[in-house]
Amino acid sequence: MASDSKFFSTSRKGEIREFQLDLNSANPQKKKDAIKKIIAAMTVGTDVSQLFSDVIRNMQTDDLEMKKLVYLYLINYSKSEPDLALLAVNTFVKDTANLNPLVRALALRTMGCIRVDSITEHLCEPLRRGLKDPDPYVRKTAVLGVAKMYDISPDLVVDEGFIDMLKTLLGDANPMVVSNSVATLMEIQAVNPGQEIFVIRQEELNKLLAALNACSEWGQVFILDALATYHPADADEAERIAERVVPRLNHANSAVVLSSVKLLLLLLNYMTNPDSVTMYCRKMAPPLVTQLSAQPEIRYVALRNINLVIQKRPGLLQSEIKVFFCKYNDPLYVKMEKLEIMMLLVEDPNIAQVLAELKEYATEVDVEFVRKAVRAIGRCAIKLDNAADQCVDALVNLIDNSQVNYVVQESIVVIRDIFRKYPHKYEGIIVKLCDKLESLDEPEAKAAMIWILGEYSDRIENPDQIFETYFVENFHDETPAVQLQILTAVVKMFLKVQHDTQPLVHKVLKMATQKSDNPDLRDRGFVYWRLLSASLDTAREVVLAPRPPITAPTTTIAPELLDELIPQMATLASVFHRPPETFITNAKLAVPKAQPGMAAPQMELTSGADEPIEGATSGSGDDAARREAVAAAAQAVAEGDLLPGLASLAAPAPATAAQAAGLVMPTPAPVAPAPVAAPAAAAVPVTAEGALPERRPTTVLLAQRTAKGFQLTGDFVLRGGVLGLDMLAENLSTEVIPPEFEFQFNKNGFGVVPSTMTLPTALTPGKSVSVFVRCDLQPGHQAPWDGADPRTLCTVPMALSNAFTGVHFFNGTVSLLCVTTPGASIERPAFAERFQALGEQAEQTRILERVYPLETCLGLLKARNLFEVARKRVEDLVIVYLYGTTRVFESEFFVEAAFRPTPAGTLACKVSVRSKPEGIATLAADSAAILLSMQ
Amino acid sequence: MCVSAIFVLDLQGKVILCRNYRGDVPLSAADKFVERVVEEEESQVKPVFTEGGITYTYIKHTNLYFLAFTTRNANAAMVLMFLYRLVETFQTYFNKLEEESIRDNFVIVYELMDEMMDFGYPQSCDSQVLQTTIRSNRLGPASQQKRGPQAPPTGIISWRQEGIRYKQNQVFLDVIEQVNLLVSSTGTPLYSEIVGSLVMNCELSGMPDLKLGLNDKLVFEHMQMESAGPNPQLEQARQKAVDLEDVRFHQCVRLAKFDTDRTISFVPPDGKFELMSYRVSKATLKPLIWVENTVEKHAGSRVEFNVKLSSHFKPRSQANNVEVIIPVPPDCDSPDTECSIGSCVYAPERDALVWSIKQLQGGKQYLLKAQLGLPSVQNEEERMKRPPITVKFEIPYFTLSGIQVRYLKVLEEKLNYQSLPWVRYLTKSGDYQLRQADPEGTASGSMRMSGTPAPQSRGVGAMAQGVGSSSRHR
Repeated sequence: MASDSKFFSTSRKGEIREFQLDLNSANPQKKKDAIKKIIAAMTVGTDVSQLFSDVIRNMQTDDLEMKKLVYLYLINYSKSEPDLALLAVNTFVKDTANLNPLVRALALRTMGCIRVDSITEHLCEPLRRGLKDPDPYVRKTAVLGVAKMYDISPDLVVDEGFIDMLKTLLGDANPMVVSNSVATLMEIQAVNPGQEIFVIRQEELNKLLAALNACSEWGQVFILDALATYHPADADEAERIAERVVPRLNHANSAVVLSSVKLLLLLLNYMTNPDSVTMYCRKMAPPLVTQLSAQPEIRYVALRNINLVIQKRPGLLQSEIKVFFCKYNDPLYVKMEKLEIMMLLVEDPNIAQVLAELKEYATEVDVEFVRKAVRAIGRCAIKLDNAADQCVDALVNLIDNSQVNYVVQESIVVIRDIFRKYPHKYEGIIVKLCDKLESLDEPEAKAAMIWILGEYSDRIENPDQIFETYFVENFHDETPAVQLQILTAVVKMFLKVQHDTQPLVHKVLKMATQKSDNPDLRDRGFVYWRLLSASLDTAREVVLAPRPPITAPTTTIAPELLDELIPQMATLASVFHRPPETFITNAKLAVPKAQPGMAAPQMELTSGADEPIEGATSGSGDDAARREAVAAAAQAVAEGDLLPGLASLAAPAPATAAQAAGLVMPTPAPVAPAPVAAPAAAAVPVTAEGALPERRPTTVLLAQRTAKGFQLTGDFVLRGGVLGLDMLAENLSTEVIPPEFEFQFNKNGFGVVPSTMTLPTALTPGKSVSVFVRCDLQPGHQAPWDGADPRTLCTVPMALSNAFTGVHFFNGTVSLLCVTTPGASIERPAFAERFQALGEQAEQTRILERVYPLETCLGLLKARNLFEVARKRVEDLVIVYLYGTTRVFESEFFVEAAFRPTPAGTLACKVSVRSKPEGIATLAADSAAILLSMQ
Repeated sequence: MCVSAIFVLDLQGKVILCRNYRGDVPLSAADKFVERVVEEEESQVKPVFTEGGITYTYIKHTNLYFLAFTTRNANAAMVLMFLYRLVETFQTYFNKLEEESIRDNFVIVYELMDEMMDFGYPQSCDSQVLQTTIRSNRLGPASQQKRGPQAPPTGIISWRQEGIRYKQNQVFLDVIEQVNLLVSSTGTPLYSEIVGSLVMNCELSGMPDLKLGLNDKLVFEHMQMESAGPNPQLEQARQKAVDLEDVRFHQCVRLAKFDTDRTISFVPPDGKFELMSYRVSKATLKPLIWVENTVEKHAGSRVEFNVKLSSHFKPRSQANNVEVIIPVPPDCDSPDTECSIGSCVYAPERDALVWSIKQLQGGKQYLLKAQLGLPSVQNEEERMKRPPITVKFEIPYFTLSGIQVRYLKVLEEKLNYQSLPWVRYLTKSGDYQLRQADPEGTASGSMRMSGTPAPQSRGVGAMAQGVGSSSRHR
């Protein structure tokens, strides 16, 4: 047997020359061998394009194999030699009129593959002839030739009237011609979503249904997928179509079966007779189950689709749960999908069997699968009230007996959710959990355990000692999530148990607020501290507020998304459980969204489906604790109805404001946990800061267009006294963005230098995350300002680099009030004296037509390190004098803010700033104007 | 809705061959695939994934990856089916499909890829049809006539060409049933199903029209409906008939006809093909071969297996080539086996004992006793593995479901010849798995007896910590 592999072996020098000689030889066998060698060289990536003219000369031959080889060469190199390729046109056109249909078709097929405009023009005539060719093989090839031409030159196809010709061919006697025509028309329609090029109406419907029976397997798929876009006129028509489609369910080809199921599911929406619906559902179940015996890859696609089917028609496979039990030798991706489907199908009658399976899976070796199995036990417990006991038993059993640490830890995470769903029902097992305290090393498990301890601290002996020994000791080494959880749990414990626990609470609050760099932790620490100092009862109301109950989702995909995905069954969208626009970047296919703003929530939903929401994670303890602590507190305080006395208390005690401000800074605070010690004083900043308007970053630093879909918006802020860049990172691309970034600032006016920038996790498509990059002022920095426009000082040139986005440069703007020095103060007489001395020539004034309420404005200014020197009231006018310093130029500035209510009921403000050098005043006034104005 | 390009790569990710159907995917896209699949842990990667606007769909066959690129929302099931069809076709053409055979036949491979797919749309994939235009060296002499190349049939019967002639017209039909079984570690069958397939080898001239009759329950129900009044004979036949849960047919079978009256009628392709497959799942199905295994560990250094095998089929039937594969801990030594039938060997490369029995009669019971030395040091993770026991067997002249061919009629109107139908039956093991009970559970008694001081619970706790530290290392 002659083996072609010998053609691969020539790699000597001068082989091109040798090919050339052979190609021009008179011996046909020699020629053929030469071209085989050339194709072999092409396959391994050798450039043989310089032989183009020599190869073309061999195009005119009666040897079909030779012809095919030459064509193969042409397809590859025409693009790089468009002028020479034109030489081939004559032979092509001649071949399209050959007596042998095979040659005609071959020439048509190849011409279409040569993506050179000049050749495409010459394709029109042969194509027209081909579409009317007596031989169906030529016709079906010509039909796809139209698709090829449309890809290169859509206008030509339209102008030449090929689309109408294709529509006529839908009635062709040959099913292959029909199915290829459908495929081509559907493709052309798909790239023109706004236009009506090919819409199936009754006439087309009948033609397609007629062809369906006789088609090849692929042709059936084309037709079924096309029919999925048809909207039946009424229930009768839907049933009529379904009747014709149902036999396809017995086809051996999985693609045919899945496309049939899709079409039937869509038709069911139009049916009114419940008996028909039941009948068709019953018919769909067995073929779907059969897909589970297919090859693993197809099994995977089928399982992803079955997942959709079950969510759409929950009853369809209700009795078939056993077929989804995992086998030892199933690939991991199949096991994960089966487990997901088991969770959709689990109900009271089958829970015992499912639970036995899950226990079995929890002893397997694949970490990811084992974890999912353990989580599934938790999902069962939350989904089925009657099964909770059994599930908890199973989990306790795992904790007692499993020799694998991650099983124990995963079980604890799951038990936390069960505790939330069934409060006070399974307290007995806490002791068992406590036995495992030492073995916990995963943050999520730790956080879960801490949540449980905090929640049930009144049921445990010496909770403070447990916290102290296991968690508080290494507080600073824990991850932020665990730290937050410790903080909340300890506060809960204090509120529940109280006696003896105060020192520990004090210690944790101090660690959180004073020794931590994490602004979230500090914020939460301060909120608790102030709450505790204000009133224990209020604190109880806020911290120990009842939480919303959690439920296990019966579906994992939102109904709107599901309705979008069902018509996409069998396609990639159904495999990813994401709408096509989220993974297709092809500009031609960018479907305009009907409703703006729809895309974002959908994408979020999708990623949720991709990483299925495990039972109750959406409302898990950590989240809940976060909400209960921060949101509840902030909201309650902002609304003022939970703390009625505080706002009014704030007014008569302006003198203590400075002292209160001290609490914001990490200077020693009054003994916080003693509720009566510092009542009103501590409360002022709460009203001031707790009600501060939440500003989302507005400045687009890095636009998605420049950074492959990564978008960064951000502003400099002073948060809790810490200067930083508050940013929102969004992933609008289709890829996962790695969390590590190189982030640097160039030399800038105020000497701002950033710390590192890292996202909490890799950013999946469609997700966004807030990032706070802490910044410092370079010590001993001299502002390079020559007295020109002071605003140049504010510009901070930045550079960012990431494995995904590459390097990007952009500018940010830092406002002066963000680089103020903390702790500035001045006596009233000194203020008045220096304010007068600077005079009006050093003053910058801004009129702000609509500002926040007075207290909010003052809170905002105080948070920017401005010191309130005095306040006076003249009729309805409130004038506040403030003082601030900045390290830049070692300068100080004096602010006079006059607030006046407007007739519209809002508040206007005139801000005047005096400073030396006066550029500082300009910057401060600008900065204050932005800060106080309501958007 | 279609494929952009198809690549064939070796296991290292080197491109052996590619056909870029649409030219909208850069050839460098294959590098991304290599990064994900070859360099990452393969089990973590799904068979369909998307990156940078390109979707990768792949299957693996021997030492090759078949990879399809798409830039649109293609029909994933169709792409995968096509890749499998491509592999099948290459197999019929080259006998053995591996890297070498692709290189040896690259011209034919290119021809096939162009014939089977055009502009990313799958076209005709029947090997018989393809052979009318594309001849391989291997099949060349075998194909019947030397005719000039002609256009392949695209008509209603696209899978068969005209003018086939055989001296002796005969048709062979193999009814093969595979039994899939999953038994829980407590010994209860979780589910069992029969996947049957009818493989036909057709050596018939002309364009024959075939009709196949099975003892399908629905056929009899249909006949009962047709015949007026009760018919006891029919009722009896119906009782014995088989309830086929799902039937899948080769594309040659007229599905609409089957849907109306359950008649299986078709014009077959030439040569060998799978005519139909079906599934019968019976929750109460009695396992044909049952295996019970008890494991005892002796002081952690030796492990003892007691395996009981029983055959639950009729004594006049006989299972051939029975193989019971009993997974054992890795790195065992000094095997000592004793069995009452057949032979048993320790296969260290599979970490299993393989008990082979050439012929096993129905209704019997046999025992195997095996002892193995355990290694002194064991990887915790390895130790955790408890693969199920698997059994392989073949029982000829027998179908578990009871399916039978009632008739196979051949009708060729023009030639009107006599033909010989041959039918064979075979039942064999498919995915036949019996999960093993936790060895710790059964061994705990003996552990304590042999004087291991630690009570079980504390021992387990200590081990759990051990695992924790080892998992941290990874």
